[in-house]
Amino acid sequence: MRYIDEYRDARAALRYAKVIERITTRPWTLMEICGGQTHAIVKFGIDTLLPPQITLVHGPGCPVCVTPVELIDKAVAIAADPKAIFCSFGDMLRVPGTSRDLLSVKAAGGDVRIVYSPLDALKIARSNPDKEVVFFAVGFETTAPANAMAVYQARREGIRNFSILVSHVLVPPAMEAILSSPQNQVQGFLAAGHVCTVMGYTEYEPIARRYGVPIVVTGFEPLDILQGVAMCVRQLEQGRAEVENQYARSVRRGGNRLAQELIAEVFEVVPRKWRGLGWIADSGLGLREPYREFDAERRFDLAEYTAEEPAECISGLVLQGVKKPHECPAFGTRCLPEHPLGAPMVSSEGACAAYFRYRRVRAEKPQPAARDA
Amino acid sequence: MDTAPTLTVTCPLPIADYPAVQMAHGGGGTLMHQLIERLIVPAFSNPALETRHDGALLELQGLRLAFTTDSYVVHPLFFPGGDIGSLAVHGTVNDLAMCGARPLYLSVGLIIEEGLPMETLRRVVQSMRQAADAAGVQLVTGDTKVVDRGTGDGIFINTAGIGVIEHGLTIAPASVRPGDALLLSGDLGRHGIAIMAVREGLEFESAIESDSAALAGVVGSLLAAGIEIRCMRDLTRGGLASALVEIAEAAQVSIDIDERAIPVCDDVRGACEILGLDPLYVANEGRFVCFVPAEQADRALEVMRAHPLGAGASLIGHVGGDTPGLVTMTSGIGASRIIDMLSGEQLPRIC
Repeated sequence: MRYIDEYRDARAALRYAKVIERITTRPWTLMEICGGQTHAIVKFGIDTLLPPQITLVHGPGCPVCVTPVELIDKAVAIAADPKAIFCSFGDMLRVPGTSRDLLSVKAAGGDVRIVYSPLDALKIARSNPDKEVVFFAVGFETTAPANAMAVYQARREGIRNFSILVSHVLVPPAMEAILSSPQNQVQGFLAAGHVCTVMGYTEYEPIARRYGVPIVVTGFEPLDILQGVAMCVRQLEQGRAEVENQYARSVRRGGNRLAQELIAEVFEVVPRKWRGLGWIADSGLGLREPYREFDAERRFDLAEYTAEEPAECISGLVLQGVKKPHECPAFGTRCLPEHPLGAPMVSSEGACAAYFRYRRVRAEKPQPAARDA
Repeated sequence: MDTAPTLTVTCPLPIADYPAVQMAHGGGGTLMHQLIERLIVPAFSNPALETRHDGALLELQGLRLAFTTDSYVVHPLFFPGGDIGSLAVHGTVNDLAMCGARPLYLSVGLIIEEGLPMETLRRVVQSMRQAADAAGVQLVTGDTKVVDRGTGDGIFINTAGIGVIEHGLTIAPASVRPGDALLLSGDLGRHGIAIMAVREGLEFESAIESDSAALAGVVGSLLAAGIEIRCMRDLTRGGLASALVEIAEAAQVSIDIDERAIPVCDDVRGACEILGLDPLYVANEGRFVCFVPAEQADRALEVMRAHPLGAGASLIGHVGGDTPGLVTMTSGIGASRIIDMLSGEQLPRIC
């Protein structure tokens, strides 16, 4: 298939692996930000092609994984309301809240629907005027423009029975949170190509300078990721810390201005709680004043929810790249895709689920002695 | 670099964890298997059921029979490449064929929702008749019920089937041996994507048609050619991946497949890329895998390819013996990964 097969060519992959091996003289730890990249890495076995000095740790870029439990509980409460139709992307339905997930609400009679776009939810709102239609607006900068568009259209058309439950998060503040943690081991980043398609990469330039880390905007196919790793390692070996763009077929430095304007029209930057990471200042998006009537939390008058993470789940450490999924004592035993303790076991983009599905009985390659602790 | 297993494979999850049945309990993945293993099989325990085959193998006064049943609840009732009527015939005929039986007779139970247009019912019944004629089976008994509007989805169909086994082979997971070759009869994912495209209003350059078809003919040619089939499985819910994991576990063998040898047409691949689905897990209604002794693989492929329903057949992998129950795949870029069963249905990804 065109535009796919070229980026999955086995011989080219081996050539890149050889290049990476040749330029690597020391151990390096790189983090891929995006869950889509984590998925591709384990699905294609990309990390098994890398020299043992290179360690890939898997970042917090899976929207399913970082949505806090409280918000899942709010989604469950709305979905159980007989006057609501609750619409969501598919893989949010299995994320465990405090007592149950959205699939259980559906089984108990709640009207929970999988949609592929927030605009589909808006369509459902138009054709069900006697119902309150709520869309679960999760995701990074990638999904923000479409979610903004749904709210923008709803306001323009005066659709009063539509609202969104917002849990939007932003990549750069999460990167800074990881880099400023005393436990940080990350020396270079593969930035998320689709996020940068929307936002560009100027906001990464100060991060690269301040923390002295190379950041390579990277795509999602095997050859993209291998090339991103090669570019990042080359910078590390040469002592550079710059922002480079591997994914130039999709990403411009300034990003997509129209999409950015739409986000800025509808959303404003707010503090957000991340599942496993806690509160991070200025790390999310919330609805701006003229659009707040479309905030499902207001419309359903949801009281403040508080929730505890299962004590056993180490997803916070996994999302920061401090631990690997299989280092969790519950991994593969008490925590399974059909019975997840934490969100990274839910989505196919979650690091734990990806490890469980593709790596379950394979031992990790030995860690370089320099970083054994 | 890869060493011994470091983790246990799974821990039993009490069925009581789910106070209500979820859609995933019918999705062809681990939840459905748990439901069957922990609630249904213990209730009816007997030797024929214990074999966990697509159908029961029974011996009656020297005659070897296969007996199976399946229910059909597809929405929409009519889709590109088929409809619920033809599907209800093909599915049950295929379950018999996978046991190595020649399908003979079917029963049909129709559960009809009040208000279903008579013309729709007529089309469904006509389609069943045509599919039965083409597959060489007769619908010999049946039942009709009508339920209140709102308690059905137009029409549900159950069919049961009987076939006769006319050879001495034991076609079952237990017959699979290390070294066996694994053949796939054609490209993957057409049925699941065709249904999803209609349901979700997705449009592609050309309509993807379901692969729904009766497989008894192509299986019959393999048997007639003297191929010593070890095991077969049609790749319905859960797709190729779930079928292989089931067989690897039942036969206590390992299976290694090569991603590059598995045919998936561009339209299906494109749809899967867009939706974040893996074609290995998408349902088919006219595709099957066939385990044969390695030395017969070429001949078996030749026979399959000579039949219209096996024209796209290929050798996709081999059976090993070292890690029982494990299915692995060599990915497109040459690295190896585990193939696992999903817990339920695939859920489309966010981005």
